[in-house]
Amino acid sequence: MTPLFAADPAAAFGQFVLIGLVSGLLYALIALGYTMVYGIVELINFAHGDLFMLGCFLSLEVCLLVGARTQSEAGTPAGLAAVALMLVAAPLFCAALNVAVDRAVYKPLRTAPKLAPLVSAIGVSFVFMGVGLFWKGATDVTFPDLLGPRVTDPAAAPPEPANLLDGTGLRFTFKDLMVVLVTLPTMAALTLFVRYTTLGKAMRATAQNPTAAQLMGINVDRVIAATFALGGALAGVGSVVYSLYFNTVNYQMGFQNGVYAFTAAVLGGIGNIPGAVLGGIMIGLVKTLGGAYIGSEWSEALIFAILVVVLIFRPNGLLGARTREKV
Amino acid sequence: MSPRAVLSAAWLPVLFLALAALPFVPDKQVGLYAQQLTPIFILALLALGLNVVVGYTGLLHLGIAAFFGIGAYTVGILTVQTFPFQLAFPVAVLVGVLASAALGVATTAPTLRLRGDYLALVTMGFGLIIVFVIRNLDAITEGTRGLNPVTPKLLPGVDDPDLRPIRPANLGWGRYWYDYPYFYLLCLGLLALTNVLLRNLERSRLGRAWVALREDELAASCMGLNPARLKLTAIALGAAIAGLAGGLYAVAQQTTGGPEAYDFNRSMITLCCVILGGLGNRPGVLLGVFLLVGYDMVLTPVLDTYVQKREFQELFPAWMQGKQYLKVSGWRLFIFGAALIVMMRFRPSGLLPAARTKHELG
Repeated sequence: MTPLFAADPAAAFGQFVLIGLVSGLLYALIALGYTMVYGIVELINFAHGDLFMLGCFLSLEVCLLVGARTQSEAGTPAGLAAVALMLVAAPLFCAALNVAVDRAVYKPLRTAPKLAPLVSAIGVSFVFMGVGLFWKGATDVTFPDLLGPRVTDPAAAPPEPANLLDGTGLRFTFKDLMVVLVTLPTMAALTLFVRYTTLGKAMRATAQNPTAAQLMGINVDRVIAATFALGGALAGVGSVVYSLYFNTVNYQMGFQNGVYAFTAAVLGGIGNIPGAVLGGIMIGLVKTLGGAYIGSEWSEALIFAILVVVLIFRPNGLLGARTREKV
Repeated sequence: MSPRAVLSAAWLPVLFLALAALPFVPDKQVGLYAQQLTPIFILALLALGLNVVVGYTGLLHLGIAAFFGIGAYTVGILTVQTFPFQLAFPVAVLVGVLASAALGVATTAPTLRLRGDYLALVTMGFGLIIVFVIRNLDAITEGTRGLNPVTPKLLPGVDDPDLRPIRPANLGWGRYWYDYPYFYLLCLGLLALTNVLLRNLERSRLGRAWVALREDELAASCMGLNPARLKLTAIALGAAIAGLAGGLYAVAQQTTGGPEAYDFNRSMITLCCVILGGLGNRPGVLLGVFLLVGYDMVLTPVLDTYVQKREFQELFPAWMQGKQYLKVSGWRLFIFGAALIVMMRFRPSGLLPAARTKHELG
């Protein structure tokens, strides 16, 4: 076992950066769903965070159904099977739900002024929260810890899980690895998808100019539906990883995490995929480092302060292109 | 004048007069209803403030509750026993209004370059920051407990406990007379005054300039209007009204309450009221507040009590009894959300749309 960090500020800093990067990847994953939808239909999908929350609840149901109820299944074949099953079920569920909501709520408003879909999205968010409240009640629900404990406080006594970075002075467990193993390939696949597939090209064309895309023979409605499906699937993947990582879910978690993800998307330049990843990682780092060195009660305020400052100086986000006003 | 115009223009003064007469009805039950109406007046003020920003000027502001909180906490800090100020009620409320307006200008001035969604985001961010500050500045705001008791003296130099804007609840009929109607009438009067003020403003140069800005910022600036100045005046006025509402709220509750009273939910529900009733249309906004807040604060508890009755519960199988979905309050979020969705689909400009055509919500 590596020694404690309390006496070694540099190692503690490194550890916090590592934790920040891992949780940042999670926020980035949820942010990608926001950014995809915004890029195509210019809708700030307020319901995305709550869709993510419903994904967490479905993952929990899958877990209970498979019989993986406690952390005694951690690392066992049954536990890993449950994880694999969740990674299929939650994205499918969230994608289907997102497409259904798009058809029922946003599609009739496609030509309406911009405020209408935004307000509808807030409405959908409330409805999802209502569903979550009925589904799992108003209190915190424990999610079975199938991946073993995570590293939270470097100063605390080292817990049981094997350290994958033994000897470096840092701690990085199987759980952290899991986050990286799911999020990075997902992000890479998304980038490749948008860049190289026909549907991805159709998405980019629709994002630039829906009318022109339609004139070129692109079925814009199908492209939009596919975008909502993809955004929902990302929320689903995010929900599985998040639940397994933090092990607590409740019906209000969607708002907070949605706001983080949303902030991440905006920081990077909403509609911009690398921007969302950059923004997510920034938020993870700010939250972890701010929590460690300033006080966890201020870390959230810090995130929004950074959002405000970035937007004041770069109104289109860090990587966002300057848009000219259409007359 | 179309019938609807007559309706929307004429019912307000009548309604205000009827409400003003309410506390003089010698019936304890009516008195209790009157008491329940006071918070609705206060939240109506808040919604009118938001309406100046979103409805007239078209700036989607998602953090109006921050100004509500600034008003409430300013009045709290200036009047509670634990601080040395202990100013009188009108002075404290006035300071709250000014502080709120100043905060509005200070937070909006740097963001004038932003438009649409980004502005919505920044205002949401400001709103959230304010809530965190309130929660974490324990030494000043008492954290999650809130400042209390907020029972300011009535006038500068007068410190007679019997002459407070509102005294600890005393619902016996004899005392009730001197206690509650004063504050009830004050809130109603301020609401009526704000209404008259806004009605005149709507027809003034400034009001028409705001609407021009909402309809088309580019065209408005080409016609020689100064969008930056217009936005700042709108936000200053909106924030001032919200601050006034906040100050009254703290006094009505006799505590600032915890920071939750000023969070994103409050902003959202106020926005719902404005949109449900009719964005940019004063009588519509008041109707929206009456429906949504009335449903939330008056109807829900009444229905909940009814639903919890034994004979009603026994209509359902045992496994359903006592569950969340057998409580009306459990459906609160659901109903708010569904109302928003249905409204946007079928009546996007609200129940009572504004007379002028709208760009933001067709």
